[in-house]
Amino acid sequence: MHTRPAAGSLLGIETLELKEVVHILDSAKRLQRQPKPMLRDKRVALLFYEASTRTRVSFEYAAKMLGATTTVINATASSIEKGESLIDTGYTIMALGAQAIVIRHPSSGAPHVLARYVDVPVINAGDGMHEHPSQALLDAYTILSHKKKLKGLKIALIGDIFHSRVARSDVLLLSKAGASVSLCGPPELVPDVATTLASNVSVTRDLREALEDADVIIALRIQKERLEGLQLKLDDYIARYQISADRVRWASKDVIVMHPGPIIRGLELTADVADAERTVILEQVQNGVAVRMAILARALGVNS
Amino acid sequence: MSSHSSLLIRGGRVIDPATNIDDVVDVLLSDGRVAAVDPDSKLAAKADETFNAKGLIVAPGLIDLHVHLREPGQAYKETIATGTQAAAAGGFTSVCAMPNTNPVNDSADITTWMQAPQRGAVVNVFPIAAATIGSKGEKLSDYRALQKAGAVAVTDDGKPILEDRIMLESLKSAAKVGLPVIQHAEDTRLTTGASMNYGPTSFRLGLRGMTVQAEAGIVARDIALAKKTKAHLHVAHISTAAALDAVARARKAGVNVTCEVTPHHFTLVDENVGDYDTHYKMNPPLRNAVDRDAMLAGLEDGTLDCIATDHAPHARHEKEVEFDKAAFGIMGLETALALAITVLHVERGMKLSRIVELLSTNPAKIIGLHRRGTLAKGAHADITVFDPKAKWKYEVKKSKSKSRNTPFDACDFYGRVVATIVGGKFVYQGS
Repeated sequence: MHTRPAAGSLLGIETLELKEVVHILDSAKRLQRQPKPMLRDKRVALLFYEASTRTRVSFEYAAKMLGATTTVINATASSIEKGESLIDTGYTIMALGAQAIVIRHPSSGAPHVLARYVDVPVINAGDGMHEHPSQALLDAYTILSHKKKLKGLKIALIGDIFHSRVARSDVLLLSKAGASVSLCGPPELVPDVATTLASNVSVTRDLREALEDADVIIALRIQKERLEGLQLKLDDYIARYQISADRVRWASKDVIVMHPGPIIRGLELTADVADAERTVILEQVQNGVAVRMAILARALGVNS
Repeated sequence: MSSHSSLLIRGGRVIDPATNIDDVVDVLLSDGRVAAVDPDSKLAAKADETFNAKGLIVAPGLIDLHVHLREPGQAYKETIATGTQAAAAGGFTSVCAMPNTNPVNDSADITTWMQAPQRGAVVNVFPIAAATIGSKGEKLSDYRALQKAGAVAVTDDGKPILEDRIMLESLKSAAKVGLPVIQHAEDTRLTTGASMNYGPTSFRLGLRGMTVQAEAGIVARDIALAKKTKAHLHVAHISTAAALDAVARARKAGVNVTCEVTPHHFTLVDENVGDYDTHYKMNPPLRNAVDRDAMLAGLEDGTLDCIATDHAPHARHEKEVEFDKAAFGIMGLETALALAITVLHVERGMKLSRIVELLSTNPAKIIGLHRRGTLAKGAHADITVFDPKAKWKYEVKKSKSKSRNTPFDACDFYGRVVATIVGGKFVYQGS
């Protein structure tokens, strides 16, 4: 056991310095233009304890575009199902020669536990309700392809903040970069304690207040799988917080609308918003590959 | 370990709040009892052996109302033998064993089994039996039979009694036989999936939190029922200012309610969880600084009756896992006195006599232990000798416990146990 994760690990945005963020985004830009086989002969394990399409495929493509070999380990089709512990699985993957581990896990902090025991970099691909750092980085990347800088932007995050690891990572990154963040939703999904996460974060129950003059709207999915018996009246939610074309008009005229996916049309946003020109959801998905190339290159100590 | 028919503890500062002694006097132990407490050096002539306690504190043996000894059923975590050795090393001469064993201690048979000489206990073990069969919260266990077998209280520790009707019945039946009902106050309907205190830290870590209300609500409900039944309610490991306030108000109104606090709840806060360190995961969870400070104030102003460890040993594989999957609880027997002396006495100036009261006098009173928690003539010869000025480092690898789950490894403390004596015999001697 050791107290520091291996160099190149990415456990969360909280511990990532702003200059590191800038470095990753610059590197992503170069790699998006021209991917290089810089990770040839490197082995990357993708350890997935939870269902995922875009994040897993995105990391897999990213690794392959840089020439690395990838192995996907799914919790349901491996020794994990037989009761092997997280740490033992980590040891095994390391013994098999993996040089980096990308992990998705339903328990908050699972990557931190793993990183205390393995000697290879650990990349957090989403842990419980905690963080999803690669998503926050690709969100920042996407915003920066439409806006000059993050500093001074007004960003509205709407919906299920409490259960969302994307929300936590986005808030931490955007606040770190000097944007102001307005969180909006019902108290069950947006508790007041959320303002303690970072500076320049406010909570409002009034969607109009959150959207007014917003440069960026990030809608979040209602995570039915994490509600734990919480009774949420979806009709009320839609009436008060759904992002519709009319409501988008409250925002700045250059607003972009984002969503980490998967989107539920007709719930957190309407179909016409999902398909609108100012909506950049698919761009986010595309940028994900570039940002994850940069994260993997950094993890394996290769300069892009 | 040697056996004596009589032992003179000489020249120590004897602190016994029960008899109002705080003076340099000698203590003569004879045939397992306190024979005399006297400054008269003539006592020396009567003793087979002498223990030099000069510069040390001589106190009635420490009593821990809240210990998980894990037997029967979970000997891989702890046994009655190893747990009581850890107790002796921590200066405890009596421990109360919680019933969440496997099977649950809800019968006279298991209560008797736990106290059998074959278990190899080196300190006194007083079982606390399950308040309901299997601690399922449905049907009361047989309190009279349990008491006869040696149980000193009833509780469903870890599985709080939620139903009003069952709690009312439990208090009524316990009052009839004169046993306290101990409640782990947690409304588990409000804490599903929660693994730490609710607040900024749990939000930051993306962990579900236990609210103050989940504890305070049950305490308030229990107090109302205790008032109705005139039973003795003892609130286990209280951790929130709100619950402590409720206890203080109830006591003023004449309700028979007592409460305990653990060393970790008056020492640590939820922020100490850091980046998912499972050695800071326990139930009740570490609270915020306001609640922690309320525990310190309660120890000082008398609202809190005693310190109990909630010693909860777990094997490595139960702690070296994802935070939300890790077992709740930490060890506590070997660090309790040192934490009390370091935090309460050295840092905050609490009198040593109050610490003895919190760790010996009061716990004995709460469960009605006759002739323990005192050095009155005729009391059991259970004695803890400690050096409040000695500085030392706790090293968990040297622990007598089977487990290693403590957040206090490598911590520097004041206050070291020099000798633990049970029934007139040394069961631990420090270096």
